[in-house]
Amino acid sequence: MNQQTIITARNLDLTFETNDGPVHALKDVNLDINKGDFVSFIGPSGCGKTTFLRCIAGLETPTAGEISVNGMTPDEARRARAYGYVFQAAGLYPWRTIGGNIKLPLEIMGFDKAEQAERVQRVLDLVDLTGFDRKFPWQLSGGMQQRASIARALAFDADILLMDEPFGALDEIVRDHLNEQLLQLWARTEKTIAFVTHSIPEAVYLSTKIVVMSPRPGRISDVIESTLPRERPLDIRDSPEFIEIAHRVRDGLRAGHADDV
Amino acid sequence: MKSVLPILTVIAAILLFWVVSVVPMNMHLVADQAQRDALVVTPDTPAARQDYSGTGLALRNPHLIPLTYTFVRPRLPSPHQVAGEMYKTIFGQKITSKRSLVFHGWVTLAPTLLGFLIGTTLGILLAVGIVYSRVMDLSVMPWAIVSQTIPILALAPMVIVVLGSMGVQGLIPKSIIAAYLSFFPVVVGMVKGLRSPDSMQLDLLRTYSASKSQGFWALRLPASAPYLFASLKIGISASLVGTIVAELPTGARAGFGARMLVGDQYGQPLVSWAALFAAAITAAALVGVFSVIERITLKRMGMNAS
Repeated sequence: MNQQTIITARNLDLTFETNDGPVHALKDVNLDINKGDFVSFIGPSGCGKTTFLRCIAGLETPTAGEISVNGMTPDEARRARAYGYVFQAAGLYPWRTIGGNIKLPLEIMGFDKAEQAERVQRVLDLVDLTGFDRKFPWQLSGGMQQRASIARALAFDADILLMDEPFGALDEIVRDHLNEQLLQLWARTEKTIAFVTHSIPEAVYLSTKIVVMSPRPGRISDVIESTLPRERPLDIRDSPEFIEIAHRVRDGLRAGHADDV
Repeated sequence: MKSVLPILTVIAAILLFWVVSVVPMNMHLVADQAQRDALVVTPDTPAARQDYSGTGLALRNPHLIPLTYTFVRPRLPSPHQVAGEMYKTIFGQKITSKRSLVFHGWVTLAPTLLGFLIGTTLGILLAVGIVYSRVMDLSVMPWAIVSQTIPILALAPMVIVVLGSMGVQGLIPKSIIAAYLSFFPVVVGMVKGLRSPDSMQLDLLRTYSASKSQGFWALRLPASAPYLFASLKIGISASLVGTIVAELPTGARAGFGARMLVGDQYGQPLVSWAALFAAAITAAALVGVFSVIERITLKRMGMNAS
């Protein structure tokens, strides 16, 4: 496996000025993400996991420290369209068909028509929505909409996929299914994925690296390298190895909370 | 089809109220006329009759009640009289005739449509400016609100007179009043519509590094469509009201507004009422047209019309 580091954060600090005074969203965050990694960020609300993802995306600007994405600043990386971002809600435009929604980034980035059509078909295949390009979002279930939004993030072939609790609003059965599909997709496309979640089984099942975070101030309390194989059937979740990693994550979360009480 | 029954019920209730009101409203006039025609009327002097309400007089002279519905110059015409007058002036005249309501309708409709076009265009442009420029947001919006607090009835003659003295007459001054009334709902609706995309949708465009104009065409403009249609429906009826108001105090010789005034001044209430109803029907038709366009457009856009 290639061990090239593509995302680096050094002593990252971010303070939001709010009406109730400053909120320390991130404090002294250091992290390396290697090419091809599947990194999960897990922690309670307010631990800064989403904020950190938004820093990588250049949607928030850290108040101190350094962060680089593909050797560039996050803002330069954003302008170079280095990543696809999947939000908590699918956020498909209701007035565009599924195909039209996936074309949105391609139109903005100026791909020609033939290429757009070809890419829409390719990513729809990837997320198992072949034949749905003419449907409108309201004709699809929540899980299918979220898959379409993943397809939209994949359409322009960025190497990095940033996902902010993409399955948080879905029920557990759909979520299991999408987790399995996401792993297959990751294996096929060899993308680097940063994935925010607050589900321990989801984090352990998906990740090669689990970043446990704790709140007030948001910081990293543990980084766990997963020992699970890359090939993961759903029933791996019953294996002793899986349970052990889940334990470690839970301990990390508890330790983070302990300072707080 | 379910909505037809409640609508018909309301219309029936209004008609009933109208029909019942005709009797007391016209009773005194009918009694005076009946006396001149040598019919028996109690009490038998107009002065004595003033002591009675319309209803009281009707109860003492039940034989005169039918006459209140056919009186030539009634205070309140009965529905069939208005319908008859409308039929006569819409279908019974050549549409080029000055007695034709269709002719007067077009005289009012043309400035309504032109004014609506001007008002809508102006409203959309202002809304785009307000959404994209903080300076415009702070400077234009308060004036737009203030503009609507000026009584249009006071403003209309001034606009017509000033423009008249500059040699501008006919269509344009009326269109300006219509535009003045219709731009406001469009500004308010469009500002809300253009601002309707949530922060997540705006962030999504930032991750694509989309330009402001791409964001406008791809996200803000289509997202504003439902708001725009709601505004257009208010705007078109406001335009019609504006045009009629512009015709009222300015001695216009044609148009719904002129007909209403002429009917009042020359003691021909049927003319006023026919013009009033024709204007209402025109407004309903215009709003109806926009409702249909709205439904088709939003359906094609995959959004369910409200």
